[in-house]
Amino acid sequence: MKKFLSKAYVAFIFLFLYAPIIVLIVFSFNNSKSRSVWHGFTLKWYVELFKDQAIINAFVTTLLVATLAALIATVLGTLAAIGFNSMKKTPRKFYMQVNNIPMLNPEIVTGVSLMLLFVYVGRILGGMELSFFTLLLAHITFNVPYVILNVMPKLKQMDTHLYDAALDLGCKPAQAFFKVVMHEIMPGIISGLIMAFTLSFDDFVISYFTSGSSSQTLSIIIYAMTRKRISPKINALSSIMFITVFALLLIVNFRQDKNKKGIIKKLKGSNI
Amino acid sequence: MNKKNNKKYLASVYIVWMLIFTIIPLGLVVYFSLTDTNGAFTFDNLKNIGEYTPVFLSSIKFSAIATALCLVLGYPFAYIISKVKASKQTVFLIFIMLPMWINFLLRTYAWMTLLENNGLINKFFSLFGLGPFHMINTKGAVVLGMVYNFLPYMIIPIYNVITKIDKNVIVAAQDLGANSFNVITRVIFPLSMPGIVSGITMVFVPAVSTFIISTMLGGGSNLMIGDLIELQFLGGSYDPNLGSALSLVLMVLILISMGIMNEFDSGEEEMIAI
Amino acid sequence: MKKTALFLCFIILLGVLSFGSSAKNREITVYNWGEYLPDGTDGFVDVNKLFTEKTGIKVNYSTYQSNEEMFTKLSGGGVSYDIVIPSDYMISKMIANDMLAEINLKNIPNYKNISDDFKSLEYDPENKYSVAYTGGTVGIIYNKKLIKPGTDLNTWDVMWNPEYKGQILMFANSRDAFACAFSKLGYSLNTTDKQQWIEAANQLKKQKPLVQSYAMDQIMDKMIAGEAALAPYYAGDAVTCMAENEDLDFIIPDNAVFNRFVDAMCILKGSEHKREAEEYINFILEPEIGEQIASYLNYPTPNKEAFKLLSSEQQNNPISYPSEEKLKNAEVFINLPPEIDELQKDLWTSVRADSSGSAWSIAMVIFAFALLWALIAFYRRIIKRKKFK
Repeated sequence: MKKFLSKAYVAFIFLFLYAPIIVLIVFSFNNSKSRSVWHGFTLKWYVELFKDQAIINAFVTTLLVATLAALIATVLGTLAAIGFNSMKKTPRKFYMQVNNIPMLNPEIVTGVSLMLLFVYVGRILGGMELSFFTLLLAHITFNVPYVILNVMPKLKQMDTHLYDAALDLGCKPAQAFFKVVMHEIMPGIISGLIMAFTLSFDDFVISYFTSGSSSQTLSIIIYAMTRKRISPKINALSSIMFITVFALLLIVNFRQDKNKKGIIKKLKGSNI
Repeated sequence: MNKKNNKKYLASVYIVWMLIFTIIPLGLVVYFSLTDTNGAFTFDNLKNIGEYTPVFLSSIKFSAIATALCLVLGYPFAYIISKVKASKQTVFLIFIMLPMWINFLLRTYAWMTLLENNGLINKFFSLFGLGPFHMINTKGAVVLGMVYNFLPYMIIPIYNVITKIDKNVIVAAQDLGANSFNVITRVIFPLSMPGIVSGITMVFVPAVSTFIISTMLGGGSNLMIGDLIELQFLGGSYDPNLGSALSLVLMVLILISMGIMNEFDSGEEEMIAI
Repeated sequence: MKKTALFLCFIILLGVLSFGSSAKNREITVYNWGEYLPDGTDGFVDVNKLFTEKTGIKVNYSTYQSNEEMFTKLSGGGVSYDIVIPSDYMISKMIANDMLAEINLKNIPNYKNISDDFKSLEYDPENKYSVAYTGGTVGIIYNKKLIKPGTDLNTWDVMWNPEYKGQILMFANSRDAFACAFSKLGYSLNTTDKQQWIEAANQLKKQKPLVQSYAMDQIMDKMIAGEAALAPYYAGDAVTCMAENEDLDFIIPDNAVFNRFVDAMCILKGSEHKREAEEYINFILEPEIGEQIASYLNYPTPNKEAFKLLSSEQQNNPISYPSEEKLKNAEVFINLPPEIDELQKDLWTSVRADSSGSAWSIAMVIFAFALLWALIAFYRRIIKRKKFK
């Protein structure tokens, strides 16, 4: 009985989480623009999707900004985490507090404040405009704290003597750094990178305030559409993305099971 | 020791970055909220937002309800999945995270399709001769949208903490005569407090400041703070000074709320920071 | 690992390349109303794509849903558009604010296609800054199935009828919403009498409990889905709705003022692609393109050559092209003086958001929060100390 109850509960939560997604995917095959009445099966939205330059451009912009922001944030965040970790307690605490601000602040406040920076300071400095570049800067800014969040625990777990030992054994500092420190904190870096990419890819609020006219991300295009009518093309794109991510996760999970590691560790490490 | 001191300079780039992209922008928010359109110092913006106190209060109320619902729904779920086989846990976690890969605007939009008067849920009920129920454009729909979007943020931190609880503590409690109800309420629940605290923060903050969910599911008759801020910057009534003042007050309220939450979390300070 | 690194390098390279190449290309940025240009769906042509194919000029296209939103975005700065398509009153406001560039009509030979009715209008008497894109009227769209028998639809009062509580959609944009209230009250849509504005705001507040949702472009989606009984709407979009849901109909109440608008293409001051923008405007004025736009939008076209290409059914549609008789009551928005504009903004925010708080109440809220925190912190310190002992 108890088992049945908990199974039913899990099923209920998953139904809740997936109901709108099922609707979305089903209606991507609907032979009409209607989003609640079924008019028969079609694949035409998938065909039209690839003809729609605006959506494709937005998809490329989104992918590009997420990739670049995640990579830069990972480098910046990893270096910062190593730096913070070797500081004395007081400055470290102070910097970590500042670092936490973008995570704790409501997204809309972060977005608005960055917009003020780009627009007004940009005006003073002359000619700076909201563009792909400002979008990228904003994304890096909110990504770095999450990278640090993932790398920091790994640094703390690491035996500090390992690095010294490597030096004693004749490594140059750079060598010791890459072969020992980087090796030890790699899992944290990877999960930070993945997390940063995910956050960037899905972000709407901050992009909405910091992107310019020629650098619209997918979220912004979708937002513009939700105000009139969502084209089923977007449903089609989302379905493709959903299936792709699903497949990727399954493959990763399968391979890790083989290695007897389990993705669980990674997810736990990421702490979100 | 010398080597260590060298390493701390690795952070210098990011420290400059934080100064430019975190500290200065927040300074600008403060500056704008204390000046008028000509840049002269004034308290008028802060005084004017007094009018919108009801908006603040209702936003806080809605997001508090949503957070409580997330906790009530999420805690048992996190507990249940922490009890299944390790390999299955992975699958469950993947399925919790997967919806986040679909744009949240689209998911919220899909809820509109479900909740509408002629929507799919009402169509389903009408098969049994029930309804139609009025669901869209109500306060309930707004809360539902918040719970839906932020539930994973509650489940995952709680799950993380529960799985880290030492099994021996539970065994010890059982040995000392605690029944399973007591084990949950007196051992597991208090020990999972850090997860609950970070879960609440992670749900409350985005919920209180959202500006899409209320317009999409609530019909825009009850504006929330987020909507009001958006209106001042990119919406119909352009007033960045008032918008900054609203953002500033929102930020202060959230900081205080987080201070309160921190009080409930004994010890592990690192956890709260997350 | 090496493969991943290589892949990452490749992506970065790609990014850098796309930066470099986009700087060289000829491109323009167009900021238009949502669903206001055929985009290749439903058997229409993709106008932007055709333009790019013909001229090699890349079009960055984005949309807004109200004049105010567009104006806000532009005055916020930080964005650079080349072409915007505001309505009449917004054009005069933008001219007054020195935001528009003079258009060189010599570069737009197709300007001859514009009908004289759409030249030298009040907002731009010398045709220096704007080229008409579409015109239209505002009326009430309703769902015949949801309207109770005996309801008088031939009046704006129906939008305030308590029988339709929860079934009314309202404009989410101040100028249009106030216009509905003025239509009901029988005042001019361009009144500068502050008392009349306050009266209209009170009407809108009175209407608020009846309103299901404040929307702009979403009115189309919701009316087609049969979600609401009544909404004020633009005639052209109403025709589009009626084609998709036959229960819908459209009416402009007699004996009341109503809004008639013209949306026109303008080039923004400071545009670095003025020549390309003029090329774009000229392209839009091609009769075939004009025909596509008119058929897609169902708004009256200012392009007389395009009008000839429409079917007689379209040409005689009384909703798209109302009679002279009907248009007697039409009023075009004009730009309001700054103090009325300011008043409108404040009144509108007070309609939309609950603004019944007093000046110091927010301070009280913050104080109450802080006090709560202090109390809890204090209480916990005491407990800790006790435990310690």
